Amino acid sequence: MLEIRWHSRAGQGAVTGAKGLADVISTTGKHVQAFAFYGSAKRGAAMTAYNRVDDAVIMNHEKYMEPDYVFVIDPALVYTSDVTINGKENTVYIITTHMSTKELIASQPRLEGKKVYTVDCIKIAQETIGRAIPNTPMLGAFMKISEMYDIEFFKENMKRILAKLPQKIVDANMLAIQRAYDEVK
Amino acid sequence: MAFDKMELRDIEVWDGNFAAAQALRQCQVDVVSAYPITPSTPIVEGYAKFKSDNYVEGEFVMVESEHAAMSGCIGAAAAGGRVATATSSQGLALMAETLYQASGMRLPIVLNIVNRALAAPLNVNGDHSDMYMVRDSGWIQFDAFSPQEAYDLNFVAFKVSEDHEVRTPAIVNQDGFMTSHTAQGVHTIDDDTAFNFVGEYKPMNDMLDFEHPVTHGVQTEEDWHFEHKARQHNDMMTIVPGKIDAAFEEFAKLTGRKYNQVEQYDMDDADIAVVCMGTSVETAREVAKEMREKGIKAGVIGLRVFRPFPFASIANALKDVKAVAALDRSAPGGTPGALFNEIAGSLFNSDTKMLLSGYIYGLGGRDLTKKHLVDLYTELQANADAGKVLTQQQQFIGVRGPKLAYL
Repeated sequence: MLEIRWHSRAGQGAVTGAKGLADVISTTGKHVQAFAFYGSAKRGAAMTAYNRVDDAVIMNHEKYMEPDYVFVIDPALVYTSDVTINGKENTVYIITTHMSTKELIASQPRLEGKKVYTVDCIKIAQETIGRAIPNTPMLGAFMKISEMYDIEFFKENMKRILAKLPQKIVDANMLAIQRAYDEVK
Repeated sequence: MAFDKMELRDIEVWDGNFAAAQALRQCQVDVVSAYPITPSTPIVEGYAKFKSDNYVEGEFVMVESEHAAMSGCIGAAAAGGRVATATSSQGLALMAETLYQASGMRLPIVLNIVNRALAAPLNVNGDHSDMYMVRDSGWIQFDAFSPQEAYDLNFVAFKVSEDHEVRTPAIVNQDGFMTSHTAQGVHTIDDDTAFNFVGEYKPMNDMLDFEHPVTHGVQTEEDWHFEHKARQHNDMMTIVPGKIDAAFEEFAKLTGRKYNQVEQYDMDDADIAVVCMGTSVETAREVAKEMREKGIKAGVIGLRVFRPFPFASIANALKDVKAVAALDRSAPGGTPGALFNEIAGSLFNSDTKMLLSGYIYGLGGRDLTKKHLVDLYTELQANADAGKVLTQQQQFIGVRGPKLAYL
């Protein structure tokens, strides 16, 4: 079982990202689950979304999770919420920030000693898509770190999932995914 | 007017709401009369979008309340159409009066309830308070444990509800958020096969059949009211269970997915068992398997059909079990939980002397964790070993503060 927790703000696309990732993984014959905690949260409120991936049908519906990966797609959430909660020794953190990994850890001691990678998904999204929607670039970074799939295979599948959007936006998302793949450190 | 068919992949990653909306499209529902409410909104929104995009030939009626939504469904069903809607929680509470009208008028309508807590305090998350609130409303009630089942059970619901010997409305329950907003792989049925399973809608006593005028919504006082209600109950008890079994059988032939009124998992040699509904059934199945690795013979019973209550089947499923927990996801309001009471009732005049304890859990979407279930099974095993219930008969799982136990 592979488990992922997303930290996001409502409106940044974590749910879409989690569902998109689940969709791509499902095409390879694995079983998936994607869900989120909404509450009565309004746009901009901190929220979490989740992915589970397994070889067998996923029966577990508990919300509690000890994630293998934590994605943080809003840079401020590292400070305003505990992104390391229920973490395991080998949990991998991929965090959106304009800082270097070293600077980030220095600014948030909770990340000390953890496997942390950084990438500026906000800037990448602004420069490619034209809006601060950091969900698809995060998935590009995840493909690099996890080596889950070849990036071209992943992009082809994401094109299908994003097909209802205008071609210009789909192309911009592909650029964003590739840039995050190349730039994550 | 022709409509377009939709190409689906064999497995689509859908949440429970979208799965239900797709089923409504594939059944080519004639009228959806709806007033949206969280977390059921995307079901009727989905149908409306399919209709706007010409994937369904029907009518979407926007109304001013849930009371009006079900009233619109009643009118459309009486007129002779295939009818469905969806609601949750407070919406269902406002709809409650009209639910009794629909069942009393013997109108086949499918209502998707995305189960959610009832205020106060206001809460949009999943529990079974709304399902329990309308349990005696004369509707058939199915319960889905996953998005796949939310999809599948809609087809079964139309099939059973519209049968001319049944003509009783049916509810398909799914857990708010835990199913409705959780995306998982759903094995799809192609449009033609899905539609052929439910078939063309065949109206009966429809008001638009001007050759055969009928009266709907009549008044009967003490001279006839009881006979009508008795007939309704009689059909629920004697006709509906067989029709549900037949529909499950036919559905299994079509898809390979076999449903049962009482779903049994790891029950063949079980010493202890949990009885519950919704997503909890699946989590409990996973934990039961893990308990078995530790040598504890744990099983799970999931109630697929809540009404008509499968009284004999559940008693039979539990007859060789030593200790059983009935899990109720609804505030009991001064009594044991409904499942506890109904299971106890099914066993009372039998030879079964198993130990029954009741648990209230998960109110307002409170998480039921695997750890909770491990503790629960451990407690049941202790009861089985001791030959008596070592705790009080009603306990609460996962609530903060001092431990609560009664009876």
